Parts: sequence; structure tokens; C-alpha cells
Amino acid sequence: MSESGIGQSVKRKEDFRFITGAGRYTDDINQPRQTYAYFLRSPHAHARINDMNLDEARAAPGVLNIFTGEDVAKDGLGGLICGWTVHSKDGSPMKAGLHPILALDRVRYVGDHVAMVVAETYAQAKNASELIDVDYEELPASVVTATTTDKGSAQVHDEAPGNLCYDWELGNPAETETALKEAAHIVTLDLSNNRLIPNAMEPRAAIGDYDKGTGNYTLHTTSQNPHVARLVLSAFVGVAPEHKLRVIAPDVGGGFGSKIFIYAEETACVWAAAKIGRPIKWTAERIESFLSDAHGRDHVSTARLGLDPDGKFLGLHVKTKANLGAYLSTFSASVPTYLYGTLLSGQYDLPAIHVEVDGVYTHTAPVDAYRGAGRPEATYLIERLVETAAREMNIDPVDIRRKNFIRAFPHQTPVIMNYDGGDYEASLDKALELIDYEGFSARRTASEASGKLRGIGFSTYIEACGLAPSQAVGSLGAGVGLWESAEVRVNPTGNIEVLTGSHSHGQGHETTFAQLVSDRLGVPIDDIEIVHGDTDKVQFGMGTYGSRSGAVGMSAIVHALDKIEAKAKKVVAHLMEAAVEDIRFEDGIFSVAGTDKTMAWAELALAAYTAHGFPGSELEPGLKESAFYDPTNFTFPAGCHICEVEIDPETGVTRIVNFVAVDDFGTIINPMIVEGQVHGGIAQGIGQALLENGVYEPDSGQLLTGSYMDYTMPRADDLPNFSLGFTKTESPSNPLGMKGCGEAGAIASPPAIINAVTDALGVRTIDMPATPARVWAALQSAKQSNAA
Amino acid sequence: MTTVSMTVNGQTVNADVEPRTLLVQYLRENLGLTGTHVGCDTSQCGACVVHVDGKAVKSCTLLAAQAEGATVTTVEGLAEGDQLHPVQRAFKENHGLQCGFCTPGMIMTAVDMIKRNPSLDEETVRRELEGNICRCTGYHNIVKAILAAAQAA
Repeated sequence: MSESGIGQSVKRKEDFRFITGAGRYTDDINQPRQTYAYFLRSPHAHARINDMNLDEARAAPGVLNIFTGEDVAKDGLGGLICGWTVHSKDGSPMKAGLHPILALDRVRYVGDHVAMVVAETYAQAKNASELIDVDYEELPASVVTATTTDKGSAQVHDEAPGNLCYDWELGNPAETETALKEAAHIVTLDLSNNRLIPNAMEPRAAIGDYDKGTGNYTLHTTSQNPHVARLVLSAFVGVAPEHKLRVIAPDVGGGFGSKIFIYAEETACVWAAAKIGRPIKWTAERIESFLSDAHGRDHVSTARLGLDPDGKFLGLHVKTKANLGAYLSTFSASVPTYLYGTLLSGQYDLPAIHVEVDGVYTHTAPVDAYRGAGRPEATYLIERLVETAAREMNIDPVDIRRKNFIRAFPHQTPVIMNYDGGDYEASLDKALELIDYEGFSARRTASEASGKLRGIGFSTYIEACGLAPSQAVGSLGAGVGLWESAEVRVNPTGNIEVLTGSHSHGQGHETTFAQLVSDRLGVPIDDIEIVHGDTDKVQFGMGTYGSRSGAVGMSAIVHALDKIEAKAKKVVAHLMEAAVEDIRFEDGIFSVAGTDKTMAWAELALAAYTAHGFPGSELEPGLKESAFYDPTNFTFPAGCHICEVEIDPETGVTRIVNFVAVDDFGTIINPMIVEGQVHGGIAQGIGQALLENGVYEPDSGQLLTGSYMDYTMPRADDLPNFSLGFTKTESPSNPLGMKGCGEAGAIASPPAIINAVTDALGVRTIDMPATPARVWAALQSAKQSNAA
Repeated sequence: MTTVSMTVNGQTVNADVEPRTLLVQYLRENLGLTGTHVGCDTSQCGACVVHVDGKAVKSCTLLAAQAEGATVTTVEGLAEGDQLHPVQRAFKENHGLQCGFCTPGMIMTAVDMIKRNPSLDEETVRRELEGNICRCTGYHNIVKAILAAAQAA
């Protein structure tokens, strides 16, 4: 194994530019004659726009133009789309109102886009926006997930009566009810999954440009999937034909899902650039990120798990209301349905499951995929139920899991997924060893002696990622296929460019993808360039989310490399006058079996391009191959996270004193990078469990957590060091055996933490985030009920 | 307009700016030093940390005019020629960055932190990072990088 090959913790190639300040994020880029946009946003959750007077604003210094929804409509542009159609129980498609780029006669959430001011400077655009006189007729708003479908609630869209977008179900209702009837014990929990605001550190930004001479549009934007953005903007919104629109996502400062989606701002910038005849730049202020980036989670559920007298699971029924916000975002409909209900079997042999999900509208920002997307909500639910069942039935939480683990593969769950492999016992065992489970009671006693409450909580999770087989997602309502593309270009001097449809915004693809190629071709990683994020360079790609870039993106590279090797062997065979079958290739050297004849990689590369004496039609010059890889199944990373907390009963402050994560990600290309992904995921999970909460004032719909003063981002002193371990069962569904690692931390950790907090407090449930105030209040009410 | 003059990364620079221009805007827009980032509008995230007269400062909390006559170092001025600063090296060696957006501010904070604390421990590093937010790393490897750089200093 080479020092830079698969399995090595190679230091990242991309780091040099970031540590020296030479990264190029969208806001770092400036175009000649650039202008600036500022978006006037709705201050109301729900209002009718009776009139808008732009005269004074138009006359303000530096203002070039002001655009409203009317201008967009006049140009015949479509609204923003949701690329996944979910159907209700009665077979009818989800009910979606128009999602206009700029508001027409109504605004539907605080932060909704009312007008776009374009001026010579950003300050001028922002100042002028204050001179726009909007006559709003304020209307009642419906804000709360649990009650938005109640009779009499304010309507978000006329097309969706009762604010119901869809009522979807999955599984077997009759079998589940029978199982629950026969159960010796039923655990019922009402759980909410708190609303999160993604907060990638780089705010969203866009620069739209139009070249009058060629009719070509260029959009620089903070995107996780620039090709999907181009497709949506051309095919659905109609900004420009696909071949006349170039979308570039340069260095992107984190995404976590929030930069998958196609938003109003970048759409308006590229559209209006042609009208202004100059480039238009927009960069979000952080408050705009809070108001208008798609949020995550926001479920309320009631779940019932039925067990036999020995603690064996018999059936699970789940009823969930999922807040979709005011409009359907790019993939929002799929998140609380096919990315959620399909994971409710967890790691367990659960014979009967029935899940019902109402996707509901509210006058709040759109809700879409955020790290984990549906799978954290499913995992939270099942792992809270399992832990609660163990407590109520006096079974050790470890034992109840062992009793119910799936052990034979493939395993067909009652909710679509077919698990193709795994070893749940192995990751549990390793995690127990790392946390020293046997020593826990002594540690608890020691904490008690110092006046603290100690608790331990488990989460044995599974997720489905490597999104996704195109046929499968197509049959479930996706408007796209979820394959990935790769092109490998070998240059005459032997160095290599790999063009990938995946997009790196922190994941380190420039290193890990190069490791794969280096491992296969024996070329040093410094001679391999990974090209991504530009629709003019990469032909097409589906982008990076759903932990798909390894399992799907790298598999596409493997297939392209297979073709490269086959072509190279043909060239070598010709040059060496040998049969193709006799050509061997190892560590970058070609040889002819049974002879001492060899040829180095660089020599082959040059020969492929000089092409002297190639027999025309049988052997083309050049060495460049591409592949589209469509996975045959989802991948199923799984593992065990265990959290140990210590709570100060005087203050309600929870400290995580021990956090162990053991994950089975299949093949790992770069352990250092994978560990980093797990750290970051757990931090976001701890954020959800203890710190973060997106809160709207329930009547007015004002966002109360619209800045870092109000929304608690995890800081360094909120978090512990993490203790990580890995087990390995290779995924049988892709050539590298990879499963994906980007989301596991955020999926697995919240229930482990809440299970630990409830264990420490001796209470049945506590809402996330378990802030000091909530923990303290829980302790007081527990005291009172004990006294009573 | 106000005339400002200061030394940035060893070079004397002068410009006429609007009085309300923040130091970070001056660095990014006038000088093209885009390594210093803006991640929030409430002086919380620390992506914009630079050194002003040797001290770590959030350049979004300072007007350019307030830096009149000051010596400013940004992340672009940290390495000496091809020689990376030990803290830059430690961030790379310890995988202390992912998307890289918070990194310049983290590094500038860390350099200052190490200078002020001859013997850093983990608790101090975590406390001192209160003003720098990272969404990618969970801070685990940032803390590790700073401790490693402190040890080597």
C-alpha cells in the first residue's frame, strides 16, 4: 500500500490555500463593472401586498433598477420547484402553491422576498430599499407545526386546504395494529424534533453575469450541486437555456444541505444581470441566512412501540406532523417521507411498521434537508422508544438492543429498505469497551459524591445513504436520477485531471479522490488534479449531499479508471507487439507477462498522444474516459454512539463528559478526514440535543432566533473531545465497499445524548434542546411529583 | 470621505474611504485581501480576526479609520515567504479545517492565544475560542492543532 493510497491519512491537498487566505469563495470574486443587489424582505409572516411605491427608492443615489414579482412574471419565469413529488394516501399528488422568485400579491414568511434593489454599491442598494413604500395588509399567520392543520388556522396556500400538503403513509397498517394489540407492553412517546437553522459559516452568495455578445449567462453561487442548479434554472424557471448558462460553485464554505437548494436570490441575480447589462453580486448578511436559508427538522410525533414479555419488538406505529414551512423547497417533500419513514426499522428486526406523515405548511421559512435529513428524526424516535422500553421493562438498554438486532442479511424491512450487510453487535461491543460500560456505576457514584447527576445513553443507529439508485428514487417520486459522473483525462505528460460531478465544500475530495486514483494508477497524488464545481468543465453531476460522494461519486471514478486501464493496455499491447491479455499493470508499470518488457506510466501516456503507427480505426489516439455510475442499492452505515453526561442540579447545566462513536462506514479512504466528518456531525447533533433551537413567535411568526446572539451555535467550550472507533463490513453495493460518513454523527448522537440526560435526571422525556432552564425545570417537577 | 493610512502585512497603504467603512471591508474590498472573511453581522463568529498592533481583533468591529496609523497583519501576512507559520502548519497537520471559511480567523486567534499564554491547556484553548465559531470540525482538531502549535512554540 502506497503512502498516499486508500486507507492512508494523507494530509489535505486543499489546505494550503485555506490556511494562507488564498481560498476563493463567491464573495471573494469580483467582476468588472459589478453592481450589487439587496433584497427587501417581508417584515410580516403573512400579509397581502396592496401596493408598492418605488419612486423614491428609484431616485436614490446609485440605484440602477428595482425589480418586483411583476417584472419576473412579465418575463414569463416560472416559480421555484420541488423536485420530488410525494403522494397522499388517496393517491393524489402533494398540493403545492406557486413559489415565486419575488412576491406577487402576498408574502408568506418573515424574510420572504419582496423586491430586489440593484445599485452601484451594496450600501446604496440597502439604503434605497428603506425608501420602498410597501402597503402591507397584515393577515393572521399560522406558525406552529402541531396546530397549523387545525380548523380556523390561517391558510398558507389556497391550493392546500387546511395547510395539508400531503398525508403520506408507508408500511402495513393492519399488521401493525394487530401486533400492537398482541403486545404485552406498549411504549408511547410524544416527541418533537426541534427546528434547526443550518448556519454554514459562509453565508450564501451569488454573482450573476450576462454576456451580450454571446448571449451566455454565468452564475457564481454557493452551491453543493451546480449542475442541478443549472438544470432547475433552465428547464423549470426558464432563466436561460441550459447550454447558455454556466454555473460555477467555487470554494464553498460549508453546506450541510442548505446549499443544495435553488433559492430566489441567485435566480434573481442571474436573471436581472441581463436586464442591467452588468454583473450583479449578492451576499447574504447572517440575519438573511437565518431568515431565508432552508431550515431543518421540525417534527412533532406520537409513536407506539409494542413488545412481547421478553422485550422483543412486535410492531411500531408512528404519526408525524412535519413542518414544510411556507413553500416547498427543492427536495423538501422527500425529507420527512422517503428519507424518514424508510429508516424507522433502525437496526432491529421489527416485523410490522406503519408510519403516517402529514406534511404541513406554516408561515415560516421553508424546511428542507439539513445534515442527516429525515434520518436523524427517524433515529431519534426509534432510539428514544427503545431506551424508554428498556427502562419501563427493567431490561438493560444494551440487552434490549441485542435481543432485537438484525443478524441475517440481506434483510427486507417493512418500510422499503433492503439492508445488504452490517454487524451491529460488533460496533456495540466496541463502543461498550471504549466507554468502559462496566465502570459506569462507579463513575456515577463518584459524580453523586460531588453533588452531580450522571447518566448514560445509547444510540444504535442505521442510516441509508449513498443516494441513490435512480430507478428506486424515480419510483418513489424523485424528478431526477441520483447517479454520478466522472471523467478521467490523462495528459501527454502523464499527469491526470479527474472531473467529478461531486462537489467538495469541506469534505476534502481533492485529497480523497486523488488517493483513489493514485492507488489505482501508481501516480503521485500531486500529479492528480480533481476538478469540480463548474458546469463548463464537468459535463454533468448530481452534487454532494446524502453522504453520496464516496459511495457514488468515487464509484464513478472507479468505472472511468477501469476504462482508462483497458485503453492503456490496448496502447501498450500495440507498442510492445503483444496480446492485450498478456499486459499486466501494477504500481504504475505495464509489463508483458512472461517477458522482461516494461513500460512506465508516463511513457504510455505520451505514446497515447503521439499515436505514431496506431492502426486508425482499431486504436484511437488519446487517453480520456468517462463513466456514469448508478448505484444498485442505498448504502447502510451503522454503528453505536454512547454518551455520558454530568448534570449540575443547582444550575441545570449538562456537561458531556464522555462521548464514544463507533461507526461502520465500510471501506475508508482517508481515516483522518472520516474522523473529522464524524466530529463535525456529532457537534451538530450535540447542538440539536443541548443548544440549538429555531424559534418563531407563535402568533406573529417573527423569528426570535435570528442571530448568533439568540441562536446557540456550539462553541469550543460546549463540546468534549470525542472518542472514535470503527468497525468494517464492506458495502456489497459498490466497487469500493464504501458506505458514507458525512451525516452519521448528526444522525446518531441526539438520542444518545437525550437518553443520557433522561437517565441522569430520572425523567421519562425532555424536549430538545435540553437547555439548563429545561433541565432545571424537569428536576424541580420531578422533585415535586416525588414529594406528592 | 476620510483618508486612512496604515501598514498592512508590512506595506504602507493609503486610501480615501467612506467614514463608515469597516476595517474588514477596507481589507477585502480596497486591498483585495479576501482571506479575512465575514461570517456574521453581530461580531460573534470570528471569521474576520486580524492582528492590529499585535493583538487579535475582530476587524468587523473596527472602523478602518480607527486603524489609522496601525500595523495590521492578516492571514495573508502570516507566512514568511514560503515558510508557513507554525500555527498554519499545525492546522494542516492536525486536520484543523474542513471548508476553510472560519480558518483564517481561527489561525489569527490561535497565534495571539499562544503568544499570550506560555503554557496552554485544553480548557484554556476551548474557553479562548469562545469568539470563533466553526460549523465543520466540532473543534476537536482545532483544539488539537492549537495545542500542538503551542507545544512546538
